[in-house]
Order: sequence, then C-alpha cells, then structure tokens
Amino acid sequence: MASAFEYAPAPESRSVVDIAPSYGLFIDGEFVEAADGKVFKTVSPSTEEVLSEIAQAGAEDVDRAVKAARRAFEKWSALPGSERAKYLFRIARVIQERSRELAVLETLDNGKPIRETRDADLPLVAAHFFYYAGWADKLDHAGFGSSPKPLGVAGQVIPWNFPLLMLAWKIAPALATGNTVVLKPAETTPLSALFFADICRQAGLPKGVVNILPGYGDTGAALVAHPDVNKVAFTGSTAVGKEIARTVAGSRKKLTLELGGKGANIVFDDAPIDQAVEGIVSGIFFNQGQVCCAGSRLLVQESIQDELLESLKRRLSTLRLGDPLDKNTDIGAINSEEQLARITSLVERGEAEGAERWSPACELPAAGYWFAPTLFTNVTQAHTVARDEIFGPVLSVLTFRTPDEAVAKANNTPYGLSAGIWTEKGSRILAVANKLRAGVVWSNTFNKFDPTSPFGGYKESGFGREGGRHGLEAYLDV
Amino acid sequence: MSDRLSVFKTYKLYVGGKFPRSESGRVYEVTDSKGKWLANAPQSSRKDARDAVVAARKAFGGWSGATAYNRGQVLYRVAEMLEGRRDQFIREVADAEGLSKSKAAVVVDATIDRWVWYAGWTDKIAQVVGGGNPVAGPYFNLSSPEPTGVVAVLAPQESSFLGLVSVLAPVIATGNTAVVIASEKSPLPALSLAEVLATSDVPGGVVNVLSGRTAEIAAPLAAHQDVNAIDLAGADDVLAKELEIAAADNLKRVLRPQPVDYAETPGTDRLTAFLETKTVWHPTGSLGASGSAY
Repeated sequence: MASAFEYAPAPESRSVVDIAPSYGLFIDGEFVEAADGKVFKTVSPSTEEVLSEIAQAGAEDVDRAVKAARRAFEKWSALPGSERAKYLFRIARVIQERSRELAVLETLDNGKPIRETRDADLPLVAAHFFYYAGWADKLDHAGFGSSPKPLGVAGQVIPWNFPLLMLAWKIAPALATGNTVVLKPAETTPLSALFFADICRQAGLPKGVVNILPGYGDTGAALVAHPDVNKVAFTGSTAVGKEIARTVAGSRKKLTLELGGKGANIVFDDAPIDQAVEGIVSGIFFNQGQVCCAGSRLLVQESIQDELLESLKRRLSTLRLGDPLDKNTDIGAINSEEQLARITSLVERGEAEGAERWSPACELPAAGYWFAPTLFTNVTQAHTVARDEIFGPVLSVLTFRTPDEAVAKANNTPYGLSAGIWTEKGSRILAVANKLRAGVVWSNTFNKFDPTSPFGGYKESGFGREGGRHGLEAYLDV
Repeated sequence: MSDRLSVFKTYKLYVGGKFPRSESGRVYEVTDSKGKWLANAPQSSRKDARDAVVAARKAFGGWSGATAYNRGQVLYRVAEMLEGRRDQFIREVADAEGLSKSKAAVVVDATIDRWVWYAGWTDKIAQVVGGGNPVAGPYFNLSSPEPTGVVAVLAPQESSFLGLVSVLAPVIATGNTAVVIASEKSPLPALSLAEVLATSDVPGGVVNVLSGRTAEIAAPLAAHQDVNAIDLAGADDVLAKELEIAAADNLKRVLRPQPVDYAETPGTDRLTAFLETKTVWHPTGSLGASGSAY
C-alpha cells in the first residue's frame, strides 16, 4: 500500500557485536572443540549470510559436560544461597550492560526484529535473572518445606524462537536452587547461548556450573538420556516432548515440558475493537508467529466479524516486513528454511481444504526466509489450519454465537497453553477464563510475560510451570 | 460360636455411582493373610476401565465446578460415614493385612483422620499455591490452581485402606475425578469404601473403584486419551515404567511410585501433583504518571 509518508531506513548498527568466525562447546568453563571435530554453520535468516561455524556436540561431549556439571554441583549446591544469589545478580547486571550487543546478535541469528529483541527479549532475560537471584537465599520460604534441596545436574533443551529468553527461563531458576546445568541451544540459534557462556566467565561463575552444548536433535536426545542427569527441562514441539517423556520413563529424572499450543483469542461483541485488533496482531504476528502461546485461532462473535476483519486487514496492511535490524520493522524473517517450508506446506493445505487465504500487499526480500502475514477465513474446526500448530504468521479466523460456544471451540484442541478474551464485561472475563483449559489467559491484552508469573500448559502443551514461585518447583526435590 | 449361618456379601465394582458386576463376568478369590477365603471380588476388564473413565469425565464438570467449600463439606460427610462403619473396616483391614484388631483399629482411625485432614484442604490449597503476582507493568494477574481432570489411581498394594485413602482423597479434594484400582491382593476395604462414598454426598462418577489385576486394568487407563493423570503408587518398577511410557502418548501427568510411610502426616505434594496453574492477566488501566494521590 503506497503511503504519503515513506519511512526512511533506520538500521541498528551491527558494529556493537563482534561475532567470531568459529565457536567451540562451552564445557567446564572453557571453549573446546567437539570430540569428533564436527561443526555446523549458523546463518542469518534474513540474509542467509553465514554468521559463524559452531562445534557440534556429540554423545562423548555430552558425557564430558555432564561430568563437569556433576563435579561442579557439589560446591555450587553447598554455597550459601546468598552467594549463589550474588552470582545471579552479577549475571543479570552484565546482561543489562551488554543488552544492546545481545539484542543485535539475537536479531542476526534468529531473524526477529530488533524492536522485539531490544524491547521484549533482553529486558525479560535480565529480569528473569534478577527475579530468581532473589530466590536463591529464600528457598526455605518458598512453600516447598523448610529445606528444599536441588536435584543435581539439569539437562536443558531449548528452542530457537526465543533463544536467550528460553535460556534465562531455564538457567536462572536452576542455578538459584543450586543445580548445575548442561544446556543445548537450538541448531539454528546457538550464538546468544555462547555469548552467555562468556557472560558466565565475566561474572566469575565457577567452572562447570553452566555448560553449553550446541547441536542438533541427537545432541539433545543424548543429553536427555544421559544416566547422570537428574532433571530434564525441554521447551519445543509436542512430538519431541512425548519422545522425551518416553525416554525418561521409569527413571528418577524429574521432567518439565513446555510444548506447543493453538491458542484461542476470543473476541466478544462488546470488545474494544481497536485494542482487540492490536491484541490479535501481537497475538499472532509477534515474533513472526513463532510463539508457542500465539493466539493462532481467532474466535470472533459472529455479529462483529465483518467490522473486526475490516479493521484487522487495515491494520495488517500497515505492518512493515523486512530487515530485522531496521528499528521500524514489525515482521522479520522466518527462522530457517526448514521452518519456512513447514509454514508454506501447512498454508497450502489450508487453501486446498477450502479456507480462504488473505495477505496484505507485501513485498518479500529476495534473500532470506520470509512469509507474509496471512489470514484464513472460512475456517472450520476440522481444518488443518485450525488444528495444527503452524508456528508462523498465520491466523485462522473462526466464529461463534454464544459464550458457551466460544468456550467449547476454544477448548476443542489437544493443546492448552494460552487463550485471550476480549470483552468490556468483567464478569464475562471471569466466567470464560474459568472455563478455558489453558495455563495462561490474557484478558484484554495478549502475549504478556513477567518473571514473577507462572507460565505453562494444560493437556498436551506439557507440564510444569516456568516463572514465579512455581518455577522453582521444577528444580527442587519436591 | 453362633449356630446362625452368616450372609455373604457379593462385592461389586463402583462405577458412575452404581454397583455393577464386572462386564467380563469374572471374579477372583480374595483371601486373608493366612490364605483363608474371604470373598470373590470382581475381576475388572478393559471395558470396565473405559466405562469408569466415561463416568469420571461426566462427573468432572460438576465436581470441579463445585465450590471448594462445598467439596469440603462433602468430604467431611464421607469421614462421618466412615466413622459409622468403623468396626466393619477394622475387621476388613485386619483380615486384609493380617493385623490384630487393635492394630487394625489404629490404621482405620488414622485413615478416617486422614480423610478429615484432606477435607479441610479443599478451600485452602488455592491460597497456599496460588495468588497475585507482582508484575512489572500496568497489569494485574492472578495464578490459581485448577484440577487437571480425570486421574487414574493405582492404589498402594500393601496398605489396603490407609494407603488407598491417602492417594484418593487428595485427588478429589482438589476437584479431580478418579478411577481407582484397588489393591490387587486386598481389594475389599476399597470396595467397601465405595459403599460409603455412595451413601455420603459424593456425586456418582467422582470416584470409581475397580478391582482385579492391577496390570491388566492399568494398561488401558495409562493409554487412555481422556485420562489426564495417573498415580502409579500401586505399580512395581517394571509396570510403572511401562505405564509411564504409555502415559506419554497424551502427556498425562504422572506421579511415580515412591517409598511412602502412610502413617506419617503427608505434605501437600499429592494435592499439587494433580493441579494445573492458570494465570489470568488483565490491564490495570493505571491512572497516568502522577500516580496515586494517597
């Protein structure tokens, strides 16, 4: 859509971040090569430029890292909580100091807009470390008995959609409670975790307390299966989550899973339309829709469907897709070629099944992995696009007539992570929130996160909570 | 010795508030600790297990939607009924576990007290594990525990009554509904407990009691897509692993078997094991930069 006032490019400078041509694994406080010398490349999704070459951890490296974490556990868990707290506070401060560098790095490696890494990811990352730092010397008061104990070595596997934030969600509570960590970042976004290793060194964290093992799914599988791991934490797809649950079955390993979602965003006829439209946009187009709690199913009360869709389409036409380093960019690149292919195939299936596809006029850059914001109308509950998690900027619109129907449709999914409610009527918010089978319900807002607030799913969205007092439980012997 | 011939009791399952025989028509012999025949207990089938899940699901909306106060009242009523049948349970527990009458009385008293203890938790657990979160932004949010749904409970094998109540009461106190597999060797106290539940105010289907071969009944429950959680207290290590693998299919919440002294006052673990935490957010509409005038 031509506009009277074009935006001039406003790119954030890359010079604040210095990416080395290659990185090792971070084991026992040192960067080391993989035992079998394997490496892989990480590329920038917006340009396909190779950013760096990364050592790829194999089973032998997993064993080495777990041993290092086990050795470190004895001293780390025996530290007074107040000392562990100070390490976490140091880490939080260094993250704040280096937040611009980390924001640019994350945008380069992940493809998400700088506006989001700078304003959402990094402040939350620091906040998580601050929040859990404060718990380290107060665990006796957390409601898990008078002297809850750490579990030991935590094996953590995190996804590529919020690389540093997911790291913070996993590592901060693990360290606060006295566990040591072996973390595997996703193969497409290993860089910020490796920068975090450097932050651990700057903070003087004892060797072996945090170990970082970049690699693919087999690295994660080896970590999860390692007999000397006491706790497994995973964020990612439901299919992999089920596989992990089978792997740890019959062991004493404690398990928490944050898996997929197909969140319903319910808009009632008395909703504040403009705010709802903003909430719908943030619900599904934040982070290019690559969010497990995305509001990917819009449930609109039939009587306002036309009005709402008109507003929504108008708003989508103003979204700016392109260079993620540009401060005006709303929609960045899809994280990988593979993910782009998955989105494309699901969207094609939506069309083949008869749903009506719409996108605003939108020019996609020639290089990189891009997908235009997409809306499906004429969707029924049986459509694939209404059932499967797409993990991309694709919104399916369904309608309802009564609150009961809205609830029934919202709950008609094996997932149960998030939901949204838009109405001006307080009693309706409470009544509907009460009936929704979802771990997070945002009313008259969407996609809000805070380290003090537990986050996690019902049903096949996994079990356990991250954040808040509840997030401690996963790392304690309770 | 009285000359009077006693009347035997036909023990039955408890499903959906009714007392059916096993759909399979099978029974198995239950003996006391010395091997003396006590009764024929129903040997439940997969179909009985599935029927019990249907009944438990049907009851879930009403039970989870009842006020916590109301659930507490209902559970306390169960304790009242148990007290009235104290002698019967002492006899059954003595037979089942080979205890003297006086030792069995200690167990039964502890069991009734355990039930009362859990009855008192229904309207307190939300305050202990939920609450407001101090969000850094103009939002109000609240985390509250909610029942996870239908819970399959493998009752402990050895502690036929105290163990049974220790695993069952927390499941329903928190608003879940239950399908219980009684101790395989000593199912009679569980089947009699069902009669107590039926004559108290617990709605039909909230608790369903099956007897039979634990492994046979547990397998379909662990794999059942409409069961939300499973308590493996009564499974040995081999069975527990098998069931945990099956439970992964729909990501059931699994409580693994662990050594428990049921005579000890429990913590809140069994209450929280079958709760989900829901966090509901709302903007606060904070009143501008000038802040509060107070």
